[in-house]
Amino acid sequence: MVPFLIIFPLVLAVLLYLIKAPKVLNILSLIGGVTVIAGVIYLTISWVMGGCKKTLLYGDAEIADHAILIGELVLMVFVTVVCIINKRAIISLLSIIPTLAIAAFELFGPKTEAVENINLDYLSILMCDIVGIIGSLIVIYAVGYMQGYHEHHKDVPDRRNYFFSMLFVFLGSMIGLVTSESLLWMVFFWEMTSVCSFMLIKYTNEEQAIINAFRALWMNLLGGTAMIAGIIYFGYTEGMVGLHQLVDSGSAGTIAIALLAFAALTKSAQLPFTPWLLGAMIAPTPSSALLHSATMVKAGVYLLLRLAPAMSGTTIGIMISLVGGFTFLATSFMAIAQSDGKSVLALSTVSNLGLMVACAGVGTKETVWAGVFLMIFHAISKSLLFQDVGSTENSLHSRDIEDMNGLLYKLPKHAAYMFIGIAGMFLAPFGMLISKWSALKASVDGGDILLVLFICFGSATTALYWTKWMGKLIAHPHGEVKEVKDVTKLSEMLSMTIHVVMMIAVCALFPMVSSTYVNPLVASMFGESGQVLSNAVLIILVSIILVVFAVPLLAYYNSKQQDITVKSSYMAGVNVGDNSAFTDSFGEDKEVVMSNYYFSDRLGLDKTMFPLQMCTTAAIVIMLIIIIGGALV
Amino acid sequence: MKISIILAICYLVLAPFIGGLLEGIDRKLSARMQRRVGPPVLQPFYDVIKLFNKENQVVYKSQSWLIVTYFVLMVLTGVMFFAGFDLLMCFFVMSTSATFLYFAACVTGSPYSTIGGHRELLQMTAYEPAVLLACVGFYLATGSFDVITIATANTSAIKYLPGFFIAFVFILTIKMRKSPFDTSASHHPHQELVKGLTTEFSGKNLALFQVSEWYENVFLLGVVGLFIINSKPVSIIVTLVVVFLTFFLEVLIDNSNGRMKWQQMLKITWIVTIVTAGVNTVVLMFIN
Repeated sequence: MVPFLIIFPLVLAVLLYLIKAPKVLNILSLIGGVTVIAGVIYLTISWVMGGCKKTLLYGDAEIADHAILIGELVLMVFVTVVCIINKRAIISLLSIIPTLAIAAFELFGPKTEAVENINLDYLSILMCDIVGIIGSLIVIYAVGYMQGYHEHHKDVPDRRNYFFSMLFVFLGSMIGLVTSESLLWMVFFWEMTSVCSFMLIKYTNEEQAIINAFRALWMNLLGGTAMIAGIIYFGYTEGMVGLHQLVDSGSAGTIAIALLAFAALTKSAQLPFTPWLLGAMIAPTPSSALLHSATMVKAGVYLLLRLAPAMSGTTIGIMISLVGGFTFLATSFMAIAQSDGKSVLALSTVSNLGLMVACAGVGTKETVWAGVFLMIFHAISKSLLFQDVGSTENSLHSRDIEDMNGLLYKLPKHAAYMFIGIAGMFLAPFGMLISKWSALKASVDGGDILLVLFICFGSATTALYWTKWMGKLIAHPHGEVKEVKDVTKLSEMLSMTIHVVMMIAVCALFPMVSSTYVNPLVASMFGESGQVLSNAVLIILVSIILVVFAVPLLAYYNSKQQDITVKSSYMAGVNVGDNSAFTDSFGEDKEVVMSNYYFSDRLGLDKTMFPLQMCTTAAIVIMLIIIIGGALV
Repeated sequence: MKISIILAICYLVLAPFIGGLLEGIDRKLSARMQRRVGPPVLQPFYDVIKLFNKENQVVYKSQSWLIVTYFVLMVLTGVMFFAGFDLLMCFFVMSTSATFLYFAACVTGSPYSTIGGHRELLQMTAYEPAVLLACVGFYLATGSFDVITIATANTSAIKYLPGFFIAFVFILTIKMRKSPFDTSASHHPHQELVKGLTTEFSGKNLALFQVSEWYENVFLLGVVGLFIINSKPVSIIVTLVVVFLTFFLEVLIDNSNGRMKWQQMLKITWIVTIVTAGVNTVVLMFIN
């Protein structure tokens, strides 16, 4: 089933690229999306029926090995050509050197111990589900969204065939990435996702899009280069290229693990690599949704979770958890200053990823438990939020939070979904908060003082930027409410509704998910599970969910029946009849406009990003020197 | 188990009376500090009863149910606390309830209450780290987040947590809406914010808000008590004394300070939190 899930999207991608008719394209994409969902569900069920055993497959796959080698070379040529065309030839070196190095290693290097190429276990099946289900829902959403997008952006050439084709390539490579046991396979899919995200960001071909796309490319290729260096080093010194061999290798694998972890930092857009993910927003929303929730950034987290047992208690672990924790705090500050909806989402992605990265870096069973849950909840909520902001933008022609004032009375469904999505990101008793709680508890147990401080302060800032957004959604607009035409397509609504249902279901079934899936997952990595919160606590939490949902509903219906006098709001007695304006000191009408705090003069990206990048770069370089130097000596 | 249920029920029934009484004492003390006679101690109750009998006026109807939700969640927080639940969970439910209060303020779109609401958010940002760190502190000192375990420990938590105690009392000034930090609801009259986030609450809604505040204050003072109480019966008396002294201190601070700008509040609160609770955390973690 795994080869089908990898190859099917890739073949479909080629097919889609060749089709120009939008109708056929849409239908094929829908069929493709549904097939991938069905495929991962079938894979999961058959694996569960087989007793949830760790399964290693396809040990002897010489043809596939060759195909991947050729694929790497093709990718290299492609990147080189694109770089040269766009007059950025220097970036291509980040592809040429490592690709040639790894090709040479495969062809002429030492004989490595044979490994199985595909690995199915709890973690990879979970990732397959996240990628397959959420990723495909994003594709389904994109079918409607892109139609609306091109109705509004007449200036952008309609290259939907290219867009959908890239979405499927992405899904295929992600599934390949999370199921690879051979590091040589994995690095191929890793580079595929880097190039793919580059292609998606570049979609509009506008100048800024190209700049951002190349920024994403070089940062990710840099990570890829580090990864390849790590793999080759490990292959030469130990004669092994298996992921599990690396994790189990003890101190012999230190350098390789450090380099792989560094690669994961680039992919997860941790500081100092955050700008590439922020720049990625320039692409149409489905690609942001895909990059931010189900794929790409999760690849980094996935790799770190894999390496977690090996990083626990080492200098690498300290480096990763510090960078992650610091990113969590720093980017949550930056998010306060943003009024663009997608920017807030992007920075909150980086921030939450930081927490996951920190959890993986600490690498105890408790933090991994928390990290896995953070990943699940984040994937669902963030995908929902991006889709929602995207389709709101199509109707409202703006994605600025200030323009969303009173969205609840203009686009009620969008606002409600957004509200649920945001609540899911930080409010009690939703999943993210519970996961954050367990991350806090686990880091206290682990004695990571800095991480504890990062989480305590980061939670406060996180709550600030989300709550003020929610306030905007429900605030009553003054004066005449402009009629907003809802142009959301059926496929968009469908995908978002499924997300909402999934999110509530996962929250409600939290204890069950924990005991039937996440506990065994952690146990398979550490020998025993590290459930941080007991099931009793989780069940109490789930019952609080009922209260939190039931009280507002009951109170709402009750208040409708009550006899309440509606009066205009207080404006020092100088209202102009209604709430929309007041009389100023010149006796003229002045319109009332309420706006949120942003503090962009202090927390704006132009003020904060560069110094923070410098700090983290210095920290990472110093730590890497200590780690690698220490291992070599 | 039985005791915790009884305590929770006691909280549910008695907290508004204790809270109201405390407010009465607060007014009386404040008046004496200002050389006034002051209202009778039971005045807050008369006020609230009067408010409940008034016509309910709103700017938008949704205000009412948001305030009801705020009230219910606030009561739930205290009930969970006195029933001995997980302390972090109590505070998470408390911040959710505070969020609903913010919603009730800003749903109106009214200038004064919206600005008050925004300041309320900033206040939450200011006090949240200290609150979370206090929970961490209890956990480090007693090995549990459960209130019941912390309260029945052999020694008082404050022995290990002096820094956390200072930080918590500091943010208590914000939570109890006392000057210099009452930036969001400005209970002293004639200020630029009118009545901040409560400007558009009237009648039943305002009464409900008032009662929620009473519940909240009792809960918060309960947390102060949690620093002191231990398994020995004598500690109960000591706890009550400390709680009352803390309360008196808040009234004193309230009457001897002008209001600060929220920027100063945020800065000072975070610095105090890091210096006291942060240092205390480091020390505790080294000992462990």
